[in-house]
Amino acid sequence: MSDIPSAEPNHNALNIQGLCKYFFGLRALDGVSFSLSRGEILGLIGPNGSGKTTLINVVTGLLPATSGQVFVDGTEITNKKPYQIAYAGLARTFQTIRLFRELTVLENVEVAAVSMGLSRKAARQRAIEILEEIGISRWSEMLASVLPYGLERRVEIARALATQPKFLFLDEPAAGLNEDESEELLQVLSSIPARKNLGMLIVDHDMRLIMRLCNRLHVLNFGKTIGMGTPEEVRKIPAVLQAYLGKTVAGV
Amino acid sequence: MINLEFIINTISLGSLYAMLALGLVIIYGILRLVNFAYGELIMVGGYTLYLLASFSPLPWLFIALLAVLVAMFTSLFTELVAFRPVREKSLTAMLVTSFAVSTLLQNGALLIISPRARAVVLPQIFQTSVMIAGTSVPWRNILTILTSLVMLVLLTLLLRHTVLGIALRAAADNFTMTRMLGVPANTVISAAFAISGIMAGLVSIFWISRSATVTPALGAPPLLVAFVATVIGGMRSLTGAVVGGFVYAIVISLLGVLLPPGLLEFREAFMFVFVIIILLFRPQGLISSKTSVERVG
Repeated sequence: MSDIPSAEPNHNALNIQGLCKYFFGLRALDGVSFSLSRGEILGLIGPNGSGKTTLINVVTGLLPATSGQVFVDGTEITNKKPYQIAYAGLARTFQTIRLFRELTVLENVEVAAVSMGLSRKAARQRAIEILEEIGISRWSEMLASVLPYGLERRVEIARALATQPKFLFLDEPAAGLNEDESEELLQVLSSIPARKNLGMLIVDHDMRLIMRLCNRLHVLNFGKTIGMGTPEEVRKIPAVLQAYLGKTVAGV
Repeated sequence: MINLEFIINTISLGSLYAMLALGLVIIYGILRLVNFAYGELIMVGGYTLYLLASFSPLPWLFIALLAVLVAMFTSLFTELVAFRPVREKSLTAMLVTSFAVSTLLQNGALLIISPRARAVVLPQIFQTSVMIAGTSVPWRNILTILTSLVMLVLLTLLLRHTVLGIALRAAADNFTMTRMLGVPANTVISAAFAISGIMAGLVSIFWISRSATVTPALGAPPLLVAFVATVIGGMRSLTGAVVGGFVYAIVISLLGVLLPPGLLEFREAFMFVFVIIILLFRPQGLISSKTSVERVG
């Protein structure tokens, strides 16, 4: 790749350098490099199977990297344990919702807060504040298993925020949402990075959401970077048009 | 005869089985591991009672406390040296490891102590009874009920109101997610093994108080009871373990009084028929759980 950033990791950003993940012969990630600054929203896009979720899984420690490095504010976190990565300031949500179904909404958020070393009392306080911010405090005493789908997504985001991350990864936050819910989500998400001073990485297939939300895009195909830049710039890259946007735009 | 004596005895048996099942389920809930070495923790507790009661001048209450602690540390130790190294591999590896730990502990007892049953010197209170409403009730049964009540209250308080408790509940619900949020896996698992060991230690006191002897194979019957109770109640929930323990005790006690004398020796067989019937209608156990079934070590 021509755009590999310098080996000097930035001290106020998430830096991913030459990240590779091979599943036996399959190169799910093949030398991906980019950085994400605080306050920024980066969209990670690409066709199905292009390696987006694999990238999130490797960076957050769910899968070991084959090679390459990940830095948070200059500290390497490659292949650290999930809890260490959480401590370093990374939080994520999942494509398939993974709430604690037998815990209440409030307790779900509390777990995230106590795991960062807060007492139960302080954790409860933080959880209440975050639910307020995300606009779901009305449901705080409800069991997570009985929530409507659209709210589940927001609880996941609230839970991720309760760890006070420096960088937040959202894996298809708009999947399965209807237009109204997607619009509400957009409102919630757009204000988070500036307010919390965190860098946000979003993977989604909802191009309307991505184009409106993201400052910058990074496009993957077959595990390789095929384009990066502002949404306007990315639209004009031929490889991107061909691999992904071309088909989508033509299809709409 | 279903009278007061029967009722108190059944509640006592149910309390014992509930503690037994809780110790098994607390680990299953987090690791999806049926710890087949659980019975041996009870055996270890039993031998601690035997050794200290026979060869030390310590007061009995202190001996009982030590038995619980030894069972707890044995549980923690097995997790550290046997289960932790294979945890990331596969559930099958863990299961086989639990058989290995079970065999090792049993053979350890055979080698170091004796294959023959050893008599455990019990304190006076386990052999006396008290009159309640005209019926003679063994103190042993009252103590079993009280102990399990205290443990249930303590466990509930722990799970509801402490940092460790909410982490344990979250981990039982979705362990991977709990780790992703920043809870160290080892802390949660060690805590679960410690609780399991404490339960085994307490059970060993009351289990042995019934026969007053301890053998290397002592662990097998309580393990079976714990396993069946959790299957009845539902493997995934602590409430299920308690319910399962009581259902087991009630059914086995009822069979004891209702079966004609000629069939009494087949009491366990009837018990398992009952379990099969429950599972036909509620394969997930009486108390089902909404949590995910995936397991990641």
